[in-house]
Amino acid sequence: MSRPSHSRSNPRPRAPAHVFAALGDQTRLLLVRKLCGGEPRSISQLTRGSRLTRQAITKHLRVLENAKIVRCVRSGRESLFEFNPQSMEELKQYLEFVSVEWDQALARLKSFVET
Amino acid sequence: MEHRIEKRIELKAPVSRVWRALTDYREFGEWFRVKLEGPFVPGQVSRGHITHPGYEHVKWEAVVEKMEPESLFSFTWHPYSVDPKIDYSKETPTLVEFRLEKTPGGTLLLLTESGFDKIPSYRRDEAYRMNEGGWSAQMKNIESYVTPKP
Repeated sequence: MSRPSHSRSNPRPRAPAHVFAALGDQTRLLLVRKLCGGEPRSISQLTRGSRLTRQAITKHLRVLENAKIVRCVRSGRESLFEFNPQSMEELKQYLEFVSVEWDQALARLKSFVET
Repeated sequence: MEHRIEKRIELKAPVSRVWRALTDYREFGEWFRVKLEGPFVPGQVSRGHITHPGYEHVKWEAVVEKMEPESLFSFTWHPYSVDPKIDYSKETPTLVEFRLEKTPGGTLLLLTESGFDKIPSYRRDEAYRMNEGGWSAQMKNIESYVTPKP
């Protein structure tokens, strides 16, 4: 795993807002939970047990696909969806950057008020 | 479970000194490395730009939330970007809070940045527990960054 490349005082990189936004929905969270085990699943499998229609589930899957949280892979005539762990790596790196950024800012504040 | 970054730092300076460094826009700019256009006013937008050489074109924008003297200073902001084409309003806004407490040695500063709560709370999820795949480790890493340290 590569550490985010940044030096002191670099501006904060873009928040992976599309990932945050895509995850901010109960139906999509549920879909990600079903997929994060790694096993690709069909739309039918993902619709099973849901009160939503196949069309509605497909729409949510497309949102997740656009945010690169899931990938669509074809198996014969069927579309399967699988989880893309890289999207979570992006979130993790962002939060790591924010954390380091605050450490540096607070260290500057400390020397500013203590001298 | 709320996801947030929390930092605590002991400062060998009186609370009044730290309060000024946080809320006087010129002093804030000194250590935060931002040139602000004017004083912080609750409810109002604070604008400026980064002063670090090479990044002067980067804007700084925040909305001041609370200024409770020598106790709490908070603002919300949209994490900024060097790309002028990006619409900041679509970025996830986060809330930054500075809380001050008097200590025998000076001031305890508690900083939190929250609003990362869109990150799903998988740990409590049954389905997730059944799926101990490679990404459970990743989620633990994420949580180590957003869970307050004791």
